[in-house]
Amino acid sequence: MTRRIAVDGMFLTLAIVVSYIEVLLPIPVGIPGVKIGLANGVIMVLLFFTGWKRALFISVLRILLAGMLFGNPMTIVYSLAGGILSIFLMALLKKAGGFSAVGLSVAGGVAHNLGQLSVAVCLMENVRIYYYTPILLVTGTIAGIAIGVLTAGLVKKVPANLFQ
Amino acid sequence: MKRRDIVLIGVVLFMAAVGFLFLSLVKQDGEKAVVTVDGKEVWSHSLSEDAVYTVKSRNGSNVVRIQGGKASVTEADCPDQICRKHKAIDKTGETIVCLPHKLVVEIKDGTKEKEYDGITI
Repeated sequence: MTRRIAVDGMFLTLAIVVSYIEVLLPIPVGIPGVKIGLANGVIMVLLFFTGWKRALFISVLRILLAGMLFGNPMTIVYSLAGGILSIFLMALLKKAGGFSAVGLSVAGGVAHNLGQLSVAVCLMENVRIYYYTPILLVTGTIAGIAIGVLTAGLVKKVPANLFQ
Repeated sequence: MKRRDIVLIGVVLFMAAVGFLFLSLVKQDGEKAVVTVDGKEVWSHSLSEDAVYTVKSRNGSNVVRIQGGKASVTEADCPDQICRKHKAIDKTGETIVCLPHKLVVEIKDGTKEKEYDGITI
């Protein structure tokens, strides 16, 4: 149990640090939701080694803390919708089998974008925001591939006995 | 990368292509910029006339500018500044969104809407 708390704390810290790195390196395109998704790499390592429940737990804590530190209450709401949808879809595809980290990460990235966009549509009561769907599908795929490759490398390096 | 990864990426990019095609077919030159906060219209102005409007709500403030037939957000006190970096817009359906402030600037076709208003079924 102590070990589990320590490892969870370590991954949560790592996820918050990479969130901060993303705040420092914004992608200046003016399109809401375009980002690299570094934190998803950390969450995916958890998903691979410990299953979706622990990954979801750390992801939700990460979003709440990073939102309070670097965002505002609204960004927490958008990120939660995207983050939760993303983990469920990745867990589902992982269970279905036949996908590598790259496929999971692309699905997760795109799900995050679409979940976030859908919440924005509901909150702002404006369907026009779906205007950004095609561009987000493209940027989500590119970011997803990059994070997937990164995760596949990490999964090979991280010792599996860390999660015992 | 496995075969299913490539199929997945292909499907997503195909959907994006369909989306882009659809957007390019429906877009046309807009007539006015409409600003909404929380889904409620707070300002509307013709694109043919330059104007500046400061939107103040309990969420925060944004400055919307119409210049040379295009609308843009020139200032905002939100954390991400995404709306400010967005290019100026002038085609119907185009939007600038400030997620933290729940603000949307969108371009509308002023005349068409009036026509629809006149039809009662």
